[in-house]
Amino acid sequence: MKIAISSQGKEENSLMDSRFGRCEYFCIYDIEDDGFKVIENTAINSNAGAGIEAANLVLKENIDAIVTGNIGPHANEVLKRSNIKIFTSDVKKISDIINEYKGNKLKEFNN
Amino acid sequence: MLSGKGGTGKTLVSTNLALCMEANYVDADVEEPNGFIFLKPKIENIDNVEVDIPSIDTNRCQKCYKCVSFCDFNALAIAKDDILVFDKLCHSCGGCKIVCDYGAISYKKKKIGIIEKGTCRNIKCLRGVLNIGEAISSSLVKKLLSNLSSEINIIDSAPGTSCNVVNTLSYAGCAILVTEPTEFGLHDLKRAITLVENLKIPFGVVINRVIKHDNIIKKYCENKNIKILGEINYDKKIAELYSNGNLLIDNDSYKKVFIDLSKNIKEHLLCR
Repeated sequence: MKIAISSQGKEENSLMDSRFGRCEYFCIYDIEDDGFKVIENTAINSNAGAGIEAANLVLKENIDAIVTGNIGPHANEVLKRSNIKIFTSDVKKISDIINEYKGNKLKEFNN
Repeated sequence: MLSGKGGTGKTLVSTNLALCMEANYVDADVEEPNGFIFLKPKIENIDNVEVDIPSIDTNRCQKCYKCVSFCDFNALAIAKDDILVFDKLCHSCGGCKIVCDYGAISYKKKKIGIIEKGTCRNIKCLRGVLNIGEAISSSLVKKLLSNLSSEINIIDSAPGTSCNVVNTLSYAGCAILVTEPTEFGLHDLKRAITLVENLKIPFGVVINRVIKHDNIIKKYCENKNIKILGEINYDKKIAELYSNGNLLIDNDSYKKVFIDLSKNIKEHLLCR
């Protein structure tokens, strides 16, 4: 089970980025082996459709869920059609979000 | 007719000037064309404008995703085992079909707006109208401007210095920059000037809503040796006439402004 969290930094104590398509990084966390990895969001400089490109970027990591602040209609469609769960959160430390995810405390985004 | 800043009076100047010069009026501000509110032309012809949107044959598609990585506008996306097409992001460039090795992409037509043609008094009037909700209007602007007659056409451009304005300028022989004596007006005028200078298009400036004869636009233009083609005073009566959909040239107090402007344009821009 892997989750991608939109992030302002590369550390576990970095803050989440409330934007999805144009966040700086995605932190990828693997629940099974506690693995933590960071990828740069190359979609940040897209002319258009940054959310779509960011969604395709995280999908390549074989994730099962994403956590972000807000998600646009295009990215939402790509992720929904790919059976990815979308959770939303206020801006917090990445490590806190991981703990909330483990404790089923995150709100699922349904639209 | 461009401005940089929105709301400086492009349509006010374009509509009145077109009638004054007996030139064609072309509204290329397709996202919000408003010139016809004043000219009220009798519409004689309406053409649909369509663009090509990719359609993917799932039987032929081998999921190589070349098309997805080719698209610079992210109009194509991978979702699980499907390719999604986001119509409104597509610029109809045709590239996805070219890169597909399996012949899986064809194009279907999508209507994005209309072009209306009509007559007001003795002048031809044209406008593009983009459908509400459409995001990409370049194709409509190009179609509108690609078959203009050889007479003088006054093209009422979109504000700003975006793709639509650049597209419009690529069909223009000269440019009139309408501005107002405010900091915002000057700031955006400078951007519009940079644009026309880069495109090497001869231009002049019209200052609208003049309160003091000696103002920041005037100083700037004099400094840079830029021709001021005309000035329109800040006048409550103009606002009243305009808000009622009336033309200024029908009012004797304002007709002269446009006659003088026409003369200056002919002398400084059209005779070059």
